[in-house]
Formats: sequence, structure tokens, C-alpha cells
Amino acid sequence: MSATDVKRTLSFTQAADDDLTIYQRSKPGRRAFSPPPLDVPERPLDELIPAPLRRSEAARLPEVSEPEIVRHYNRLSKRNFDLDTGFYPLGSCTMKHNPKLHERVAALPGNAKLHPFQAPADAQGALELMWRLQYSLGEISGLPHVSLQPSAGSHGELAGVLLTRAYHEDRGEHRTKVLTPDTAHGTNPATVTMAGYEVVKVGTDANGNVDIEDLRAKATTDVACLMLTNPSTIGLFEPQIKEIAEIVHGVGATLYYDGANLNAIMGICRPGDMGFDIVHFNLHKSFTQPHGGGGPGSGPIAVSDRIEPYIPRPQVVRRPAETDDDVAGQLASNGEAWWYDLDYDRPKSIGRLRGFQGNYGVFVRSYAYIRSLGASGLKEASEVAVLNANYLLAKLRLEGVLEYLPAAYDRLCMHEFVLSGAPMKRELEIKTLDLAKRLLDHGVHPPTVYFPLIVDEALLIEPTETETRETLDGFAAIVAEVLREAKEDPEIARNAPYSAPVRRLDEAAAARNPVLRQPL
Amino acid sequence: MLATIGVGSVEDLFADIPQTIRLNRSLALDEGLSEQEVYGELRGLAAKNVSTEDEVTFLGAGMYDHYIPALIDSIIMRSEFLTPYTPYQPEISQGGLQAMFEYQTAICELTGLPVSNASVYEGPSAVAAAGYIAKHHNGRKRFVVSRGVHPHAIETLQTLAVGYGMEVEIVELTDGITVLPQLDDQVSAVIVAQPNFLGAIEALQELSDAAHAAGALAICAADPIPLGLLEAPGEQGIDIVVGEGQTLGNRLDFGGPSFGFFAVSQELVRRMPGRIAGETRDMDGKRGFVLTLQTREQHIRREKATSNICTSQALNALAGVIYLSWLGRRGLVELGELLVQKTAYAREQLASLAGVSLAHTQPVVREFPIRIDGDVDKVIAHCKAKGINPGYRLSDNELLVAITEQRSRAQIDSLVGAVKEALA
Repeated sequence: MSATDVKRTLSFTQAADDDLTIYQRSKPGRRAFSPPPLDVPERPLDELIPAPLRRSEAARLPEVSEPEIVRHYNRLSKRNFDLDTGFYPLGSCTMKHNPKLHERVAALPGNAKLHPFQAPADAQGALELMWRLQYSLGEISGLPHVSLQPSAGSHGELAGVLLTRAYHEDRGEHRTKVLTPDTAHGTNPATVTMAGYEVVKVGTDANGNVDIEDLRAKATTDVACLMLTNPSTIGLFEPQIKEIAEIVHGVGATLYYDGANLNAIMGICRPGDMGFDIVHFNLHKSFTQPHGGGGPGSGPIAVSDRIEPYIPRPQVVRRPAETDDDVAGQLASNGEAWWYDLDYDRPKSIGRLRGFQGNYGVFVRSYAYIRSLGASGLKEASEVAVLNANYLLAKLRLEGVLEYLPAAYDRLCMHEFVLSGAPMKRELEIKTLDLAKRLLDHGVHPPTVYFPLIVDEALLIEPTETETRETLDGFAAIVAEVLREAKEDPEIARNAPYSAPVRRLDEAAAARNPVLRQPL
Repeated sequence: MLATIGVGSVEDLFADIPQTIRLNRSLALDEGLSEQEVYGELRGLAAKNVSTEDEVTFLGAGMYDHYIPALIDSIIMRSEFLTPYTPYQPEISQGGLQAMFEYQTAICELTGLPVSNASVYEGPSAVAAAGYIAKHHNGRKRFVVSRGVHPHAIETLQTLAVGYGMEVEIVELTDGITVLPQLDDQVSAVIVAQPNFLGAIEALQELSDAAHAAGALAICAADPIPLGLLEAPGEQGIDIVVGEGQTLGNRLDFGGPSFGFFAVSQELVRRMPGRIAGETRDMDGKRGFVLTLQTREQHIRREKATSNICTSQALNALAGVIYLSWLGRRGLVELGELLVQKTAYAREQLASLAGVSLAHTQPVVREFPIRIDGDVDKVIAHCKAKGINPGYRLSDNELLVAITEQRSRAQIDSLVGAVKEALA
């Protein structure tokens, strides 16, 4: 079978004009919005806003009816693959099930329609939920002081490096370098630059661990911080973490934990007990905030006692309700034991990282998740995540896949593992990219590809705990099938996908001649 | 499964974790609950909050109680939009990518600039990200920032500027608007807001002319709904327009998640932070969309990236473009005019009270500050007792009052009545 033999037709849900934008569906005079009546005396607009301050021509937004909008975006939705439809083993992204209850509780008017400047007395439920989430994340990480403010993992990283700067400057120390492993996610070095430090890379040894001798050589007194994730980006636990912490602390630097891979260790071990000073969480990974096609996320941080004075403000705090405070007194009379408040009086704080109190809607979902699973449920989630990853690796081996896609580090993994497509490229003449694109035709999302950078033709596979054994078996069989097919005719994979809404797209052309908006 | 792996127990899978760092006890958290118990607990917590359904609110100051049409939830709750990751595999992410492209088009129209990204975290951090562009663009040392920029944005800029090594100089407002001092050759960017935090409309052309005369960039944090009525900042010489997107179809959510919008002049495209969707063709020549200009980004450029931003706010930005399509070309203008009329009425009625005066008399769209001859906390407490939240407390004697299309004349009159009683 060759590429040209693969029959392609529009599916039942596709239409020939599905690539028209909402602007191309616009017709002058059509509309969806009907404004409420003007119920105050009308004054000439020129009196209220002088004409020179106003637009001469209205912004060219689409002119479409409500049914057209609904149909347009429903059709667009059918041009997306999503987690609720199929397996999504995207390494480092923790694509676990997003429980449906969470959308219901986030939408309660007391949450969704709560103004961020509502007085604390009238936002006690929200502040209590945030306090409880802070407490829970502190317990899970072993670092008791939590700020929920950062908006995403990368934002949490930036907070962490700025905290490090504040900590050292408060001690009169000026440091210039931050260490990151060569396996690090790209946000780590980008963050270091934004926070005004120089990046120094630390190598990885043959077993996939931090090269301790290289670390020892580079850990000098001008180093502010080592940013690490454990398990690492290649899905391996760093067994020498205590020694690493001693080296880093020995030169007065802080140890930062990138929480991207927390899903492997909840309830089993804690960054605080490993010697980390600062950790960020990705609530959109381990704590089930839906990814939304690229956000929103949330990246709270937890820190040790010595970093606590510098955390962002405001901070959610609680005090006994039986105090002289008017509102607290009132709460006490209502039978409430605690009074929750926003504490701005933090003189050593690095300040704000964003507006208001953080992504509260995400906090609601993550708190609901923690309450649903509880202490033993969280631990079980991590155990099953690691079990599923190791099972899938074993199953791929049984299917003969590792012959062409060997494990980059052939040992037990944590919640994810890395394969190298180098032999496949050499012997079957298809690249990791081709394999990924052919997987699309089998109704599964490909793993993360070409990351981590230190593995040639890398595939990073993270099945998560919410997949069944049957799904994992099915995936292993699909990968084996694609390899078998490539042995007979590599052209099929090279030209894949065939069943997606579009075929392989010319990304180079998009970057060469950028078209970034609909011409109007 | 264990037999397939070749281990005897799940415990064996964790052999790499040294016993010395194991938790070896249960997490000190409660045990799990059934779905209905979790719902009950969360419902109980939510009931302790006073939402905009529970009182008549005139709170604004950065987030506003605009009406959110029902079609937004029905679309953004579709799993195909709610549950995918960032569109790394464009062939199966055309829906999300095309929505980003449509969103970018709407933001270009509102801001009057040629290039928008696919969104950033939210408004205040977008201001700090814009400052980072200016630093790299001209290598200068200082930002001159109007006091009319949202205080959270100023604080965020100050936090981040410490990291990237810039000074922040604040310019106080004069009769509610920004009057710039003489700018020297170390000013990297002038940062203003439209309308500003006190609701006043700034003369952006004059401000951008002054910035450019000193060789600095002009950055504006804009409120998108008033931009339907006001001259686009990009048409008035502004180089970077950012802002808080909550008012475009996003919930209040106690402050987030929402999205930040971010648009730049052609000259600054390659310094833009965040994701950008672009149009291209597939191998059959069919139109399609991809994430593009990725050589700016952290996953390619690492320490040389224009920003560390990774996650954008795709779902919130999707709500934004649906909202703008729902309002449509004429609706956005009509909404703006409605706000101007209702706000003018409320402002006039409040200013007519004994003991109340206007903190400035500049033209406004939907928000204005009043000065109270007395204790503002007493006024707030009195209004609250009547089920009215009268606005944002600016100072001991000033209140910032916001009017959306959801506030009826009767509600405005009840606010005026309550303030009058409080001052009697």
C-alpha cells in the first residue's frame, strides 16, 4: 500500500468550508447581541466623549448571528483531538483525566461571580478554600509556606528565582549564576535570564543522573541556585539527591524543585525532605486543571522557613475568630472558628507577580481533586502512574518495539520514560516525527517528541494513572503496527497523517512569511 | 502487570528512592470523599462568599461584572476545547489553532496594531512582559510609568524589573490624567493606561509622541471594551498594547483565570513573548494553522528566549473571541455607548449629592472616582447593609465606582440614595 492508495474523504462531521474563519462568514448587518434598553436620559455623545478621542471607524469584528457562531465553533471543535476522546501520553504534561465535578463546582456563583476586590469578610469561603489548598500543597511538598499567586509553572519558576535573589540580597550576597541540568525544560534557562542570572549547564551521567563531579566543579560561591526536577525530565529518580542538596547548600545556594514531575511521588516522598528550598506545582498537571488547549494553568510555590519572609504578597492567612477585630468577632458569634484574610504586611516580600490573588478558578478544581482523593488516594495515584509507565515500557518491549526504539536509559522508570528513535531512523528510514504523525491516524495523541534534547530522536511517554491496562496494551500494539508497516513501506509514515482534518503542514513557510491574522 | 514488568510489587518500582527521604507515614490530609460529599463541601464554601448575584455591585478597578452570554459556556465547555494540551500536533489541533488566529485578528482590530500573540497570563503581568521587550529593544535603564496604570500592574512591573535590572519611575496624575516630565535618553519606555485606573481617557498621541521624541517605546495597558469606542492606541503611536481580557466573556472567578492580550508593532514581532498562531498550507495545498515564529520561544531558544512563558490562556482567549463575535462590529460600539450614558448618569447623580464631589472631571467610559466629605468606610458599610457594594475604596475619602450594562437605573438610584443617607 502506498500513500496515494490511502483513500481520503471528508468525514461525516467535516464540511468543505471548515477552514473559513469567523470573519469570512461575516455579512454586514447580521448580529447576535441585542443591547439592553437605555434606561437613563440620553445625552449627546460628543458632550461625554469628545469626537477626537473616539474611533472614526468601528473595529472590524465579525457580523454573524448566534446560530452561525455556535455552528462555527462547534465545527472547529471537531477539528481538535482531546483528552476526553483518546489516549494522550504526552510526556512531561501529565494528561490525566479531568473530573467533571470540577467544572460544576468552579461554576457555582459564589466562585465564578466573586469579584476579586470583594472584602475579605464577604469572601471567607474563597479565602478558606485557598488556605486549605495552601496547607495541602505544603503537606504534599514538605515545604510549609505556600503562595498560590503564580499563574503557571514558568511563572512559579520566575517567582522561585526572584525569591532566591531576595534571600541572598537580604544577606548582603550578590550571586550571578544559576545551574540547570542539560535535560531541563526550556522554561528553566529562559527564567534564569529573565531573573537576571547567567545559566550554567550541569551534565548528565551515563545512568541519566546529575553528573555529581560536574556539579561539584560548577557549584561555586557565585552560584545562586540549582534548578532540578526529581524525577528528572527523563523519568528517573535522582537517588543522590541528598548529596546534591549538600553540595548546593554547601556553597550557600538554594535548591529549586520544578514540580512538573510531582505526579510520580505524591505521598511517597517530598521535595522538602529531599532538601529542596523552593518548589513550584503545576495545578494543570498533577492536580487536574483541564489544559484548555494551552491554558489556563496555575503554578503555586512552596518554600522552606528561610525563604518564607520573601514570598509574594498578598498571602492568605487565618487567625482565630475570637479576637477584637469587628468582623472576626462577628464570625465567632456565627460559630466560625477561623477568620481568613489577605496579608499585605510583608515587608521583605518580593511583591506581586500578577493582579489579584492568582487563578482562583483553578484552585477550586485542584482543591476538589485533593478532597476527592485524600491522603491515600493521592499516594495511590502516584503508584499507579509509575506502575502504568513501567507496564507500558515492558509491553513495548514485548511487542518488539524497543528493537527500533530503545529506552534511552534501560532501567525501571518513574511516571514517564524516554525512547530513542535513532535506530528506527537508521533502519526503517522513518523519523520520530513520522511515527508521531502516523499515530494520529490511529486515534492516539503522540508522545512528546524531540524532548529531552540530550536523547537523539527522543519520544517522552507519560501514560498517567487514569488509563486502563487495555488502553496501554492497545497503544503498544499500535506502535508495533506502525513499525511493521514502515518495514514494508516507509513512505506511508513519511506522508502521514491521512485521516486528520489537514495533512502535514508547512511550518517553515508559516515562519518565513508570517500570516498572523485574517486579512480584512 | 507486575509480572509483565518483572517485579514482585509496586514497592519495587520505587527502589531508586532512598529510604532516608521516604515519607514513611500518610500525608496529614483527610481521606478522600465521594463525589456528592465533595460537591456538598465546595457548595458550602462557595455559599460563604457574597457574589455579584448576592448584592448590587459597583466594584470594578480592573475586573468588571459584564454580562456573559450563554453560548460561551456551551462552547468552551466542549471537551475538544477544554481538555487538549497546547497544539504541538497541528494536524489534530486545527480547531484551537484557528480560534487563536481569529482571536489574534480581533485583538489587532481593537488595539490598532498589526500583530497579536495568542494571549498571556493576565493584565498586570503582561505590562511587566512588555517592559522586558523594551529593555531588550533599546537597552536603556528606566521605565517611566503613569500612576494611572493599575496598581497591581505597577507592583508586578516593580517585582520583575528587579530581576531584569530596570528602574521604575512613577509619574503622578494631574487632574486625573498623565502629564509626562521631560524624558532623558535613559528612558526605555513610557507606560500608560487607557482608560487609566481612575477611569479617565488619556491623550495617547501626545504621550507616544513624547516617548518617541526621547527614543523610548510607548506602552499602553488598555481596557478592551472601551476600545470599541475610543481611538485605537496603535493608531495613536503606541508600540505595545497589552491588557486584562476578563471583560471579554470571562468570569470574575475572584481574579482569575482570565487572559492578558498582547499586541505589538511590526518592528517588535520577533521580540513578542508567548505563542503565536499563523496560517500555512498542508502538503495538499489546503489551508491550515500552526504555532509559528517559535524561534523566539523558550523551548527552542532556552536562555536566549524573549520570555519564559510557556502556558498561555487559550481557553480564556477563546471565550474572548466568541464574546467579541457575539457583540459583533456594531454591538461593541453600542455597548460602549450604553456604558458611557449610564456612567454619565451615575456620575452626575452622585456628584449632585451634598458631601460628594468628583475626584476629576475628565471624560470617562464606565468608571469614575468620587471624593467624599467624610469617612469612606462609613459609606461602604451603610451601602453594604443595604445590599449594595458601592465600589473600590481608593483612599480614606475616595471611592472608584464602576457601571456595567448590568446596572439598571433603579440600581444606580439606590446607590445614590444609600450614599446620601450615609452622609446625612
